[in-house]
Amino acid sequence: MAPSWVHNDRSDIDRRRFLGDAARGACGAGILGLALGVTVRQTAATPAAALRPPGALPEDDFQSACVRCGLCVRDCPYDTLRLAGFGRGMATGTPYFVAREVPCEMCEDIPCVEACPTGALDKDLDDIDQARMGIAVLVGQETCLNYLGLRCDVCYRVCPLMGEAITLERRHNERTGKHAEFIPIVHSDQCTGCGKCERACVLPKAAIKVLPERLATGRLGAHYRLGWEEKRRRGEALIQGLIDLPDRGPAPAGPKLPRKLPGGGYKGFQP
Amino acid sequence: MSRPDRTAPGQRAWDQDGWWRAHRFLVLRRLSQATLLGLFLVGPWFGFWLVKGTLAASLTLDTLPLTDPFIALQSLLAGHLPESSALVGVALVLIAYIMLGGRVYCAWVCPINPITDGAHWLRERLDLDKGWRLDRRAKYWLLAAALLVSLVGGTVAWEAVNPITILHRELIYGGLVAGSLGWTVIIAVFAFDLLVSRRGWCGHVCPVGAFYGLVGRLSLLRVSAHRPAACDDCMDCYAVCPEPHVITPAIKAMDRGPVILSQDCSNCGRCIDVCAPAVFRYAWRGDVRTEEPSVPIGTEQRRQAA
Repeated sequence: MAPSWVHNDRSDIDRRRFLGDAARGACGAGILGLALGVTVRQTAATPAAALRPPGALPEDDFQSACVRCGLCVRDCPYDTLRLAGFGRGMATGTPYFVAREVPCEMCEDIPCVEACPTGALDKDLDDIDQARMGIAVLVGQETCLNYLGLRCDVCYRVCPLMGEAITLERRHNERTGKHAEFIPIVHSDQCTGCGKCERACVLPKAAIKVLPERLATGRLGAHYRLGWEEKRRRGEALIQGLIDLPDRGPAPAGPKLPRKLPGGGYKGFQP
Repeated sequence: MSRPDRTAPGQRAWDQDGWWRAHRFLVLRRLSQATLLGLFLVGPWFGFWLVKGTLAASLTLDTLPLTDPFIALQSLLAGHLPESSALVGVALVLIAYIMLGGRVYCAWVCPINPITDGAHWLRERLDLDKGWRLDRRAKYWLLAAALLVSLVGGTVAWEAVNPITILHRELIYGGLVAGSLGWTVIIAVFAFDLLVSRRGWCGHVCPVGAFYGLVGRLSLLRVSAHRPAACDDCMDCYAVCPEPHVITPAIKAMDRGPVILSQDCSNCGRCIDVCAPAVFRYAWRGDVRTEEPSVPIGTEQRRQAA
């Protein structure tokens, strides 16, 4: 006779088996879920060379909104867009382009945005000049021909917003002493990140590269105030009546210290 | 009643009623899979754009949007409400599968199905044992995990590894999916079904199948064992069925009716193919009628064989 606390009826065994199976299932799914989570984490950011299509939501939002269907890729007339393959360091199946290979041609009707069924490419973008796919950065300042004093200017000339997104700033050529350097300057508020400059750069390895915004820009601390901006905005200095302390420049030419004599004492010393 | 000799499942139906009768739904299913893939491929291959996109989301004839509801659900959990085009697509797909049976997707649409069926075919030829016997509920746990990772990770999580869309995408977009290692996923699924677990992936692991099973819980189109009395227990249907546990309640527990109600049934119709006494047919969910043949079909053949 088994003691009363031993329940060997079927429901008890079933319950135990059920709990055992459930625990095993949960553990198995937990491990797989963890692996999935790690995979997802590793592809949370795009590689530096991969740019999202125009109108793409910020990367975090884009990853939740894009269903990886490829309709944007289909409607791209220039085969600029590609889909990320599995194991390529990007969220599998999401669209991207590599500026150095095929840049964005900036179609005025923006067919890729039009094709997106979910809004991962934002339909509020109706002017392609407002697209922000990335920002061009002249990273190769030691190799850029214009920095070397030549008049290459190719990035400047292929820019769809010539004279706005990239300007040429004239600088004195210190090396020759009598020429000018025309330095390409990218204006981040104008640059769409289309990548034509990077595509067209004549060097074997582009000196100007389009990078995702997160890599291409710095950011001032939120508490920073640019005094001259504040002054311009207000029309006068924010704080009036500052005491203007005298500037401390190089010491004025005073009496020189007398020269020390080899035999001790100072030449012309007068106490 | 066991088979007198070791014949392949469906051999008797073939001998009795011819090859077509014993393979019709298998052939139709392969045609369906090939046609649906073909509709996506004529665009990129011949420049004739019937369907654009992939199984994740597509646009047919530039008007009809279709969206995978499981992917849309993950996107929703990740924090994005899709635009109307995708939502209409989701609604259309859901309606279709609620009518036809959710796992009709698995048997008639999914491009992984020929891969795992191929692994099963080879496994039978090699006479391998059943291998690791996974719990059928594993797919639901994985489904929950995929939804949870989507919610927490803010991304469409299962799409990171989903073999269905990886295969489909790489077939359709070809060179536009540069340097992908997607083939490793496909080989892994094939090897898993061949060497690790018999019929392991589709029925036990794949959360997409689990999701569609849930969608089709109350689907209208079902397989019915409408002539249960004709069954001579040859077990051919069990041998070919990818989810054999769904058959028994319909064929034996007659108090619940002859219709296979399990959401695991993919309406593949292979049981209808191989059954010599023609016990099975497609039926509507509520069709509980049964036929009681006076002489079980096949009796004559068995007598001759004896």
